[in-house]
Amino acid sequence: MKLLKLDACVTASNDRDADALRAKTKACGTLLINVMSSPGAGKTTLLSALIRALPQLDIAVMEADIESDVDAKAIEALGARAVQVHTSGMCHMDAGMTTAAFDAIDGPPPDLAFLENVGNLICPAEFDTGAGKNLMILSVPEGDDKPLKYPLMFRESDALVISKLDARPYFDFDLDACMARARKLNPAVRIFPVSAKTGEGMEALVQWLLAETAAWKEA
Amino acid sequence: MHEMGIVLHLAKTLDETAAEHQLTAIGKVVLQVGEVSGIMTDLFTDCWEYFKGRHPVLKDSTLVIEPIPAVTWCDSCKRTYETVRYGKECPYCHSGETWLLRGNECVIKEIEAE
Repeated sequence: MKLLKLDACVTASNDRDADALRAKTKACGTLLINVMSSPGAGKTTLLSALIRALPQLDIAVMEADIESDVDAKAIEALGARAVQVHTSGMCHMDAGMTTAAFDAIDGPPPDLAFLENVGNLICPAEFDTGAGKNLMILSVPEGDDKPLKYPLMFRESDALVISKLDARPYFDFDLDACMARARKLNPAVRIFPVSAKTGEGMEALVQWLLAETAAWKEA
Repeated sequence: MHEMGIVLHLAKTLDETAAEHQLTAIGKVVLQVGEVSGIMTDLFTDCWEYFKGRHPVLKDSTLVIEPIPAVTWCDSCKRTYETVRYGKECPYCHSGETWLLRGNECVIKEIEAE
């Protein structure tokens, strides 16, 4: 028996798969956005509103769920391409699963592909999916203290969407405190308070997506 | 159950390491796991015992977990303290300007193999 000193990250194989997927999506001009949130934060509702607001972009959605295809059906009803992924009990998507889902999108590469990760604030943040950008949704009913309780996801996200803004009158949600907590963990994070239902704040998010999609194709 | 996902990646990383170094059997795997890495070591070991049987090079291996204590640095008073005992707020100056120094790792330190 010989001793090998490795000092390797346990998820080294995943990190390699993730870099390969990023190179692939760069080459075909598709910006892949990993969308993370807890269950019920409004991922499908937000994505549906974004698909309607971005008719100039060809959009595909990869729906990762432990079971069912209700989300994929909702997306297809809007005319976008959808791929349903079942994680067979796994609480997150890794880069290998994301690559398989990306390859399953029919037709030419889209401009923008959303990976709707499994609803969970913990594990999805620990695995690099190979996405170009990470977007996290926190909904008003979940509370403004979530950056304190689940710091990793806030640190890993390029954009934070604070959703269900129309529900603010019913909850003690301190928007300024929430934004300050998120920025303390991640000074570079872009924050978009929105209501997908009323349309409030959606324009800023739409403009950010247009700019990021164009930048991904150019650089 | 993110332990299962991490075990799958650990097994894959070790399979790749074995291929790279032309190893036929891995005997011992030493893993360093941070106190606040979010990994439940009992559950992790159970998942390992189940999955190692699926990888010929790993089937007779033993997993040794070395815990790494979590330590937080306070930016205000420039001191360190035990993360698990005191949390985010510095016990000396009560500042919230604190950062985790170590304790979030999950690293394959070394393996014994032939």
